[in-house]
Amino acid sequence: MKAILIDDEPLARSLVREYLAAFPQIEIVQECNDGFEGLKAVTQHQPDLIFLDVQMPKINGFEMLELLDQPPAVIFTTAFDEFAIKAFDAHAIDYLLKPFSQERFNKAVEKWQQQKDQAELIKNTQALLQTTAAAPDRQDRIVVKIGTKIRIIPEPDILYLEADDDYIKVYTPDGAFLKSKTMGYFENSLDPKKFIRVHRSYMLQISQITRIEPYEKDSHIAILKNGAKVPVSRSGYAKLKQVLGL
Amino acid sequence: MATSPFALIKFRLYFVGAWVVWALLHAAVLHWFKLSVETALLDSLVSNALLAGACWFISSNLQYYQPDQARLLYFGIWCLLLSGLWLLVLEYVLPLIIENDPAYEIFLNNSLPVRFGIAFLTIGWMVMLSVLWYSQQDQKQSEQRQADAEKLAREAELFKLRQQLQPHFLFNSLNSVNALIGSRPQEARRMVLQLSDFLRGTLKREEHQWVTLTEELEHLRLYLEIEKVRFGHRLATEIIADEECGNMRLPSMLLQPLVENAIKFGLYDTTDEVIIRLQAYCQPDLLEISVQNPYDAHTAQPRQGTGFGLSGVQRRLYLLFARTDLLQTFADNTTYTTLVKIPQLP
Repeated sequence: MKAILIDDEPLARSLVREYLAAFPQIEIVQECNDGFEGLKAVTQHQPDLIFLDVQMPKINGFEMLELLDQPPAVIFTTAFDEFAIKAFDAHAIDYLLKPFSQERFNKAVEKWQQQKDQAELIKNTQALLQTTAAAPDRQDRIVVKIGTKIRIIPEPDILYLEADDDYIKVYTPDGAFLKSKTMGYFENSLDPKKFIRVHRSYMLQISQITRIEPYEKDSHIAILKNGAKVPVSRSGYAKLKQVLGL
Repeated sequence: MATSPFALIKFRLYFVGAWVVWALLHAAVLHWFKLSVETALLDSLVSNALLAGACWFISSNLQYYQPDQARLLYFGIWCLLLSGLWLLVLEYVLPLIIENDPAYEIFLNNSLPVRFGIAFLTIGWMVMLSVLWYSQQDQKQSEQRQADAEKLAREAELFKLRQQLQPHFLFNSLNSVNALIGSRPQEARRMVLQLSDFLRGTLKREEHQWVTLTEELEHLRLYLEIEKVRFGHRLATEIIADEECGNMRLPSMLLQPLVENAIKFGLYDTTDEVIIRLQAYCQPDLLEISVQNPYDAHTAQPRQGTGFGLSGVQRRLYLLFARTDLLQTFADNTTYTTLVKIPQLP
């Protein structure tokens, strides 16, 4: 069985490697320093299991998993992070709190081995990802994948979001990017002081608005700095008025 | 509780002085009304002594109780009552002291309404003075209390800001020690000692507000040694400080969050080797410290308000110096610079 270690601290990786010696059937195919490397390695090797740190360079562990089409089974290794721990507990995914012992490590690996239904495990990981966005320091950007390239969209570059079937289109000055998330997810993860859901299918960044004009009966449209027009429903208009102090 | 104006020596002197002048005037007026000097002085002495007593009584009483509503009515009634009582006592006592003088008795009876009026005004004036005095004292006290409360809150906040030791740092370091114990026990031991020195220094610093640059840099080096063990060859540091700056003072634990921030963003934004550069310059009354880290303008997340580090430092500088311009950041395509200025207080 193949495993990949992803952690930005070499010593933390060497510890996992040492503990993993107790499981000769598991082979470490690669060690990675950050989420980018991890993404590449996972796509290339299709491992059965990854050990993943949350706080890492470039993109963090959650963001990396989001970008994988088929995430493998994951055991998280992390220092104290109250938010993440709540999320893990809720989705019955195993996590190792640094520093951890060989015994605790063995338990996590055995738990994974006994898990008959690997599909169930992966479903749990995906459920976890739907809730982890609201971690305090992870909400000021959106990470998207275009083909094999990764793009980080910083908060100021987000014009508006549009719901499109199972996807959300993230509009930026450089075009639109797809992200497989729900509108509710972004409502929770983006800063509510800056972003407002003005319509069932639209959410916009308040600072991007230049004008709001009436449009048909009972509804309005918001015109953004780049000229884009975003529909505003009646309840959305009420919210906007409140935020803008009209 | 407010102190009575009579507690002040100065006020007592004024009061006695005013009383003497007032009593002499009183006697002079009586003498002008054809009373003998002796009779006039006796009358003045007795009536003004009693009047002074009434003034002292009402002033001391106001110390304990001041009505909030219907003030004017309350004070008016008090003045009337006291003046009436004073007049009654006077009418009874004066004839006992100045005996066998029918002309005086007639004069006393005739002058009662005037005496009452003067007493009412005098006592009323005393009431006014006391009320002013006490309300001013109340205001001073509440201002003092407010200032004390603000000072306490500020000190508590400063203490908390100094105390920001990242649990992440501690747990990750312990994890590194755990890894070293297996493979390189000597290094594990060294790291435990470094970590202890660092924590001890941190605890000590939590009690002190100001340290010299030399002390702060020493503490910072310990921190950097630990970080270097954690991140291995990826992290390099460079500290350049002019020698004459060594004795300049700065708030303790101010630099560590800046460096921590630089490491975090330096390491997390780029995957290559990272050099964190700290430079200190000084002017006669200003210490300037810059912290630089490599940075990739394209992938870096916007740093405004990111993390506790910079905003905590900003807040501390504001609480200490009441200025918001002491912390600045600059970014070009490859380097991110944080500049902090620390005015040297005399």
